[in-house]
Amino acid sequence: MTTHARVQRTRRNRSVVLVLVGAVVIVAAFSLAVGAYSLSVPDLLRTLAGQGTQSENFIVLSLRLPRLTLALLVGVAFALSGALFQTVLRNPLASPDIIGVTGGASAAAVFGMLILGFGSIATSLAAFVGAIIVACVIYLLARRGGVVGYRFVLIGVGVAFMVQGLLGYLLSRADLNDAQGALLWLVGSVSGAGWQDIALVAVVLLVLLPVIRVLSGRLGALQLGDDLATSLGVGAERTRLVLLVIAVALAATATAAVGPLAFVAFVAAPIARRVLGTGGLALIPAALVGALITTVADFTAQHLLPGQLELPAGIITGAIGAPYLLWLIATSNKTGKGA
Amino acid sequence: MTQLLRAEGVSLGYDHTPIIDSLDLEVIPGAITVIVGANASGKSTLLKGLARLLKPDAGQVSLGGRNIAALPGKKVATVVGLLPQQPIAPDGITVTDLVGRGRYPHQGWFRQWSSTDDEIVAAAMAATNTGELAGRRLEDLSGGQRQRVWIAMALAQDPEILLLDEPTTFLDVTHQIEVLDLLLERNRERGTTVVMVLHDLNLAARYADHLVVMRAGSIVANGLPAETLTADIVRHAFDLEARIVPDPVCGAPMVVPIGRFHGQV
Repeated sequence: MTTHARVQRTRRNRSVVLVLVGAVVIVAAFSLAVGAYSLSVPDLLRTLAGQGTQSENFIVLSLRLPRLTLALLVGVAFALSGALFQTVLRNPLASPDIIGVTGGASAAAVFGMLILGFGSIATSLAAFVGAIIVACVIYLLARRGGVVGYRFVLIGVGVAFMVQGLLGYLLSRADLNDAQGALLWLVGSVSGAGWQDIALVAVVLLVLLPVIRVLSGRLGALQLGDDLATSLGVGAERTRLVLLVIAVALAATATAAVGPLAFVAFVAAPIARRVLGTGGLALIPAALVGALITTVADFTAQHLLPGQLELPAGIITGAIGAPYLLWLIATSNKTGKGA
Repeated sequence: MTQLLRAEGVSLGYDHTPIIDSLDLEVIPGAITVIVGANASGKSTLLKGLARLLKPDAGQVSLGGRNIAALPGKKVATVVGLLPQQPIAPDGITVTDLVGRGRYPHQGWFRQWSSTDDEIVAAAMAATNTGELAGRRLEDLSGGQRQRVWIAMALAQDPEILLLDEPTTFLDVTHQIEVLDLLLERNRERGTTVVMVLHDLNLAARYADHLVVMRAGSIVANGLPAETLTADIVRHAFDLEARIVPDPVCGAPMVVPIGRFHGQV
């Protein structure tokens, strides 16, 4: 009986993962093939195999591939960051974009750009440091004999507002042209992806993904509450801290690379869990959903909007995420689980 | 051979508000120990201390002669398990998934899920009669079913010593008996040591091999139900006048409260 249910669950998990992978591959193919210069599928495959013409090579391998790769990687990073935050703090609102962690990255980056005149690498570094600082501030303020989810979220939301205020101040003081550049960064965009951004995000993921894999059992125990987690042999407070550090590192890295792509971290895990419907952690589906959101958003922003307008991907993810936030707030109070 | 779990002069409390002051207790291996006492007498606190959920302010809890706080958490978890009064279930979790999480302490860094885990989960679900609920979501179940699922999870952890904090609260009388029978069966068949907090004195007396009566953070009686559940001790621990009569079903002491009106209503 049990074994049967488990087999069913594993099968469902596998088919969801397969469908998501398929969807990501299709979107990826479109992203590489479609544009001002479109390729057929055979041409695309030929180019990817290294047999393309000079112009095909340039367009696909030098322009579109880095952009796609970066979109995929930050999608995974944001999604896992959100999934860890939400699970560890047991609150769907606890995502780095809601509680001000990515906001901290933005403020630091904009401060670097506008006041200190940073270039792109220094700006990324500033963003990373900003996210870490904000996360530490929230953690220390929320820590009172143990971190509790709702307190962490409320303090995080407060900090997010403060960071927004700081951002507004910086932008209003800045020169108009500089401010526009900063605003573009603040929306979040994968255009102009360079291989050094990609390498950075890839290395962080390569290090952290296996760690997350190893810690996923502990995360599952932590979901059952601190008492039961301790009873199962999981040091609740320490595990929570380690997982939060990983989540912050993921969000900070992704934000440093592409800016704060709104709501990807916030929606990816809930969507994956809803699709899966087994109540499992669904970390792999969440990562795939994240990659799917960022790639679709970037493709939409580039090609699917009316007019010759090319928008940053963050506008699209924001447009997806905001209604979900409203829906979540509207429904969570009904079930008595207000944030 | 079950390892000995003992509280040795432990003082326990929350945020430096002491609740229990230098208490000694030896959990009798292979027996069912029931802790009773008035509200706020420190029953749950004691249980949390025994399960190392609460660090003693003084004294120590020892397992097999060694300080439990110094033992690796996962290793302790294979010997001592605790089912809290109100465990948290993640949204949408299915019964199989939840019961399976009890296997965590038996899994290594890289050895994730094995067929042994499958068998033990299946056995735990069979013992608690939750097999047919396997694919259901916990939030869709009734209170009695849910409690059996939580107990299945605790059994899947397969501890030698199982601690339960009020496992029958919020259940109707039928389901209370069902849960207690299930724990008794586990104890008699597998020799699992059971320590639980119960509110119902009559059920406590019936199911306990060993009864611990608490008042204001200390133990006022500790022994066989027939010796510990006397009118004097009930008066002292609960501030309640009661007659003690033999339970017509099994002969265990049965507490019949007198009340201000002596039943004349």
